[in-house]
Amino acid sequence: MSEVRGVVLAHGPMAEAMVDAVRRIAGDAADGLVPISNEGKGPKELRRELDEVMGEGTVLVFVDLRAGSCGMAALSSCRDDARRIVVTGVNLPMLLDFVFHRSLPVDELVDRVVTCGRDAIAPTAAH
Amino acid sequence: MAVLLYRVDERLIHGQVVVGWGHALRFDTVLVVDDELAESAWEQDLYRLAAGERHVHFSSVAGCAASLAPLQTDDSRTIVLTRGLAAMRALGAQGLLKGAEVNLGGQHHADGRREVLSYLHLSTEDLDDVQILLAAGIDVSARDLPDSTRVPGAQLVGT
Repeated sequence: MSEVRGVVLAHGPMAEAMVDAVRRIAGDAADGLVPISNEGKGPKELRRELDEVMGEGTVLVFVDLRAGSCGMAALSSCRDDARRIVVTGVNLPMLLDFVFHRSLPVDELVDRVVTCGRDAIAPTAAH
Repeated sequence: MAVLLYRVDERLIHGQVVVGWGHALRFDTVLVVDDELAESAWEQDLYRLAAGERHVHFSSVAGCAASLAPLQTDDSRTIVLTRGLAAMRALGAQGLLKGAEVNLGGQHHADGRREVLSYLHLSTEDLDDVQILLAAGIDVSARDLPDSTRVPGAQLVGT
């Protein structure tokens, strides 16, 4: 079974920085992620760049803000293809989990990374 | 109540508008004036997702006056968005911008456009539209976010 690929689509330098952080922590497993920035790109250009990296196969598109140009481009690009799934509110824990579980069935993988991302957000007591 | 902001931004509803201007203006209603979007239900759904809890209405340029009227007589805190300057100039021609300030918020690089500000790339036609709005007594300026430096329209067309 082919592995699910990931795209990180975010504002400014965020996508590149997140993928770089994944690489520093997880090594070459980060090859499963492609970063795309919205910097200096209009809606059409951003959508075109996203479509170009999608290719064939199943892709998870991680975006920072649903209410933003990145979210709009992702939702628009993935609208008519069930193999393209958008996950909003990307964080580092979910990306780290994703790169090590890309061979899972996609439904299971999506549930897993979303749960991982949510569980990573928690207050921590000082004592 | 009166429209809080008329903004030209090719991304329409996005982070700067929802978060940056949303925090400053506390608007609860968005009227998107765009002929193409006014005919596309699925794209309207996407933009509504991006706007969160806010009310979002869509209108053609020709239908803007009718769409705007009820929002100006109730308690709505409304902003009006167009994708480009041509549509905003058309609203001006309909007399909808009297006493208003038009905010130029974002036009990215594209063929035929040149960089005027880092977030604003305008074509010759765009600059003509700015001139037309200024000549009609409409206050035009560029500012991507509320706390950014406001660049007057006269300065834009003089660059």
